[in-house]
Amino acid sequence: MGVNSSPALGGEGFITTSIEAFANWGRKNSLWPMPFGTACCAIEMMGVFASRFDLSRFGAEVARFSPRQADLMIVSGTITYKMASVCRRIYDQMPEPKWVIAMGSCTCGGGPFDSYAVVQGIDEFLPVDVYVGGCPPRPEALIDAVMKIQKKIEIEGAPIL
Amino acid sequence: MSSDPAPAEDFLTPMLDSLKSEFPDSVLDVKEFRGETTLIITKDSIREIFAFLKDRFDFTFLADLTAVDYLEVKSPRYEVVYHLHRFGPGCEENVRIRIKTDVSEDDLRIDSLTPIWIGADWLEREVYDMFGIEFTGHPDLRRILMPEDYEPHPLRKDFDVRDREASKRSFEKELEEGPE
Repeated sequence: MGVNSSPALGGEGFITTSIEAFANWGRKNSLWPMPFGTACCAIEMMGVFASRFDLSRFGAEVARFSPRQADLMIVSGTITYKMASVCRRIYDQMPEPKWVIAMGSCTCGGGPFDSYAVVQGIDEFLPVDVYVGGCPPRPEALIDAVMKIQKKIEIEGAPIL
Repeated sequence: MSSDPAPAEDFLTPMLDSLKSEFPDSVLDVKEFRGETTLIITKDSIREIFAFLKDRFDFTFLADLTAVDYLEVKSPRYEVVYHLHRFGPGCEENVRIRIKTDVSEDDLRIDSLTPIWIGADWLEREVYDMFGIEFTGHPDLRRILMPEDYEPHPLRKDFDVRDREASKRSFEKELEEGPE
């Protein structure tokens, strides 16, 4: 985007941009996360939303508990196969464009639970954009993941529907 | 505190004597270990024994109900374990006993305790889910933790805990069919 505020061109100034760049700029600065918290990582995620770490500084504080109003799914916590179908259905209910953060060791690869009930990484059934390791990850790590999502939206964008 | 408290030991000995004289063929053994009392009983008369303990000796609380798989350790293979609690007038007079009964691999049925303690409902469902022991007379014996179409019983010792195939099948079926 180019900002032009030359007095010769009308005083108030204007910006030149493309529709894609403008839409993606809006998208990355107003992410509405769907918190899918199933275990202790969700506590750290709540910390990210709360005042000390304050995800609203990145425009992403409006946690939507309805998938219809969300475009970023933060899967934080152990996902069992019984929960996996729920998780997938909620993801399917989110409108496009949408992104997924896998928060914590369990969502990235099953964590310590190499067992009959636990999915060994949510990428078995979801397209994950950013993986955050840690057990649980520090809030800074989740903020970094959100910033990486923002970078990804800026670079790759998404089709204008 | 009442002026004349009945300590737990004074309660336990007459209770065990009374139980043994009432059910001489069903009480197989009584074990004491570090202040814990364990009774071994036959599975045929568990309902009578538990009803007797509840009605006569005030064991109003079924604290836990679980099972153990003794594969290659002993036969019969399974043991169902009950923990009963009696609330005494004072906390010193509380009594807790453990009751075990064998269930063989060939006949996995055992009487449900839901007519005596309705709280046995979910505990028995969990044991059914994890070990495949069938509680006859249970009002609603379905799996409680694993998906309903899951086939193995995961806490059996001959089940590989890393075997995710059955879970994956249930998951894929659930995805295809959707909720209900």
